[in-house]
Amino acid sequence: MAKGDPGGPTRGRRAAPRSRKATTGDPELVQLLTPEGERIESVTGPDGTEYRVDFTDEEYRGLYRDLVLVRKLDAEATALQRQGELGIWASLLGQEAAQVGSGRALRTQDMAFPTYREHGVLYCRGIDPIMPLGLFRGVDQGGWDPNEFKFNMYTIVIGAQTLHATGYAMGVAMDGKTGTDDGEAVIAYFGDGATSQGDVNEAFVWAGVFNSPLVFFCQNNQYAISEPLERQTRIPLYRRAAGFGFPGIRVDGNDVLATYAVTRHALDNARHGQGPSLIEAYTYRMGAHTTSDDPTRYRIASEVEAWQAKDPIARMKAFLDREKVADAGFFTEVDEQARREAVDLRERVLAMPNPEPGTMFDHVYPNGSPLLDEQRAQFSRYFESFEGSAH
Amino acid sequence: MSRIKEFNLPDLGEGLTEGEILAWLVKVGDTIELNQPIVEVETAKAAVEIPAKWAGQVQAIFHPEGTTVEVGTPIIAIDTDPGAGPVEQSTTGAPAADLPTPSAASLAAVEVAPAEGAVEPGLIGGPAPGGRTAVLVGYGPRTTAAKRRPRKATGPAGNTAVPTAPVQPTPARIAAAPVTPTPAPAPAPAPAPAPAVNGNGRAGGPVLAKPPVRKLAKDLGVDLATLIGSGPSGSITREDVQRAAAAPAAAEPLTVTTVATSAASFGADREQRIPVKGVRRLTAENMSRSAFTAPHVTEFLTVDVTRAMKALDRLRERREWRDVRVSPLLLVAKAVLLAVRRHPMVNSSWAGDEIVVKEYVNLGIAAATERGLIVPNIKDAGRLTLRELADAMTDLVQTAKAGRTSPADMSGGTLTITNVGVFGVDTGTPILPPGESAILAFGAVREQPWVHKGKVKPRLVTTLGLSFDHRIIDGELGSKFLRDIGDFLADPEAALLAWT
Repeated sequence: MAKGDPGGPTRGRRAAPRSRKATTGDPELVQLLTPEGERIESVTGPDGTEYRVDFTDEEYRGLYRDLVLVRKLDAEATALQRQGELGIWASLLGQEAAQVGSGRALRTQDMAFPTYREHGVLYCRGIDPIMPLGLFRGVDQGGWDPNEFKFNMYTIVIGAQTLHATGYAMGVAMDGKTGTDDGEAVIAYFGDGATSQGDVNEAFVWAGVFNSPLVFFCQNNQYAISEPLERQTRIPLYRRAAGFGFPGIRVDGNDVLATYAVTRHALDNARHGQGPSLIEAYTYRMGAHTTSDDPTRYRIASEVEAWQAKDPIARMKAFLDREKVADAGFFTEVDEQARREAVDLRERVLAMPNPEPGTMFDHVYPNGSPLLDEQRAQFSRYFESFEGSAH
Repeated sequence: MSRIKEFNLPDLGEGLTEGEILAWLVKVGDTIELNQPIVEVETAKAAVEIPAKWAGQVQAIFHPEGTTVEVGTPIIAIDTDPGAGPVEQSTTGAPAADLPTPSAASLAAVEVAPAEGAVEPGLIGGPAPGGRTAVLVGYGPRTTAAKRRPRKATGPAGNTAVPTAPVQPTPARIAAAPVTPTPAPAPAPAPAPAPAVNGNGRAGGPVLAKPPVRKLAKDLGVDLATLIGSGPSGSITREDVQRAAAAPAAAEPLTVTTVATSAASFGADREQRIPVKGVRRLTAENMSRSAFTAPHVTEFLTVDVTRAMKALDRLRERREWRDVRVSPLLLVAKAVLLAVRRHPMVNSSWAGDEIVVKEYVNLGIAAATERGLIVPNIKDAGRLTLRELADAMTDLVQTAKAGRTSPADMSGGTLTITNVGVFGVDTGTPILPPGESAILAFGAVREQPWVHKGKVKPRLVTTLGLSFDHRIIDGELGSKFLRDIGDFLADPEAALLAWT
């Protein structure tokens, strides 16, 4: 399941230049692939950093495959919820590029702290996509080993993981694991709504003051559930970073190439001991906040249509097609793989066994506790008091 | 394994207990694919499409559009192997199991759904089939019965819930102890809206109700002592209070009833029982709350609007107004907004110790829709130009007719117009929307004999009815406000020149 690193600017160099625009992009929104699928060669950021990617054809196709698979698996999970097989699902529809771009920018040693919507990053970290479904089906608490995959458990509390990430990053620095090309970096994911949380602002303060090797990756999907962005902030979110004393940059979150370039650069800064930075990936949540939400109650169809035209997958496909990087056979093959993996995911979800109720006490403490043992015994007696089978 | 699979309505959003079938997207006989949208269901949280769980052919649809279905109830049967020939032949081994009807247990589950009116929601431990006990869920968007597995009779906690209950062999039916000493284990559902039995045998004791329910009862003017509680241990629930408060509002003349008369089905007693829910319930609550708490008075004014109607015609002829919907209601709205500017006190609300006077006018327009009466409002309408007002009204009406009015559109109204004239009546005595202190009824505009310049002439005449909250607005202020609206409608040009 683990995918290889699609490579940064240092390897897989492609000799022949593509039909690129000679212009450089807008520093206020780093973009390397327009919604029409045209490549922008490079963008110089406000601080003079030049953002560019130079992927091989194989790597471009790999990114496209990631995007399509992540979207398909997400759609399957949404369908499973509607069919009563998951309690709830938080869809990432529309945010695939922000997640795949940043997820592929991570190096093996980098640690990620997700929200509950980072299914695309999870996929890029090589975690079996069935894992979060156990959580949302209510049969386990998540189940992957955060240390093995360098990907923390999903955090439901809004913004809390930014503090966890800050502490982790401070630890990385104290361990002396920064300052070289092989240094470690940490990335904390959160949304635009979380920027209004105290936790996130505290994390900004601590990470800034301690110069922690941390990238704050904000997927601005324009809505904090139903609250639009203009009710969250008076200035663009990335500019908040200046007040905390570290750089902030806005990237087109529907552009997988730009997101990759910007995140890779920020992570490399962090691993070299240059301190934290804030990336605002400007994107849009095409679906509902969760399956319990009805977005038609608070946003209009024309807005959704406008973002539909900026679809992250469509632009990548247009680019691959135009540059003859991929042909119809490739697209069909990817779709077929996505379909197969979705069916496989469905079958494995339906086969998930219901846990024994008593197992909820199993992993609370590594060595148990007398209080917990008593609770377990009480619960067991209560459970035995019912007629019929356990389920 | 069974070829025919029944799909049960899932909990679509974290703890919901029921959903309403809005529309079927497939019909019996259709071949469907996995994850193909099959039905649109509205819950208390969202209207969503449900994708098919299996590919195959639709064998049966169990609930028509418009029905409310309990979570866990089968809604559709799908033949997952339609190519294998008729079902009857392939199921000779198990004839009943594969028939495209819900299984016996699931049918029974439909019967106990409170939305069907078969079981009073207050009857804890009401008889439920399958050895199950119906137990009240204490809160949530809708009250409905939950089911739990029975406790073992010998269990240590088995009989502690209601110690006064008669001892019966099955503890599944212990909770509702009938007051009348009839031996029947389950009393027949009483037709009266209040539960027929007092569930706790606590007669004479203090009234049990939670503080928020007491507050609600006080707000709605309901005397708790007159109610029979349907909650746990006979406590009075929010629903009990709302039911009691809504009862007198049933005869309210101005609520536009939109019962589907074509589908009216009368029983043997030639009476039809329509569940009170959704917009109807909300309307009833608002009307009775307002009627009980705000002392209304209504004044009338008959106005010759011939000049105003001619002004509207001239407006329609203007090039830039060509595509705009120009209605008499637009002029009435403008009249109200201008008159509010001269009498800001009418745009206020009563807040107990103080009166809140608002600078902004969120102008409500009562609209009769298929779902019932709703009152969306135009936010800050006083700041709009006439053209903007016209566009906002057109938009508001279209949104309401399409059933897409959002809760935000309906909240925060400060002053309302109800256009009863469209129904061909002269005027009415409207009830104030809660939190507002004035509402104007705009009657039909008719050609009538009218004394004009000393002679009786046929003129276009309408009658305005203004109800206002007499706690805030005295007769003098109310009269001046109504008079100004009338003056504007009698001669809009002069009023504009004089006032603005």
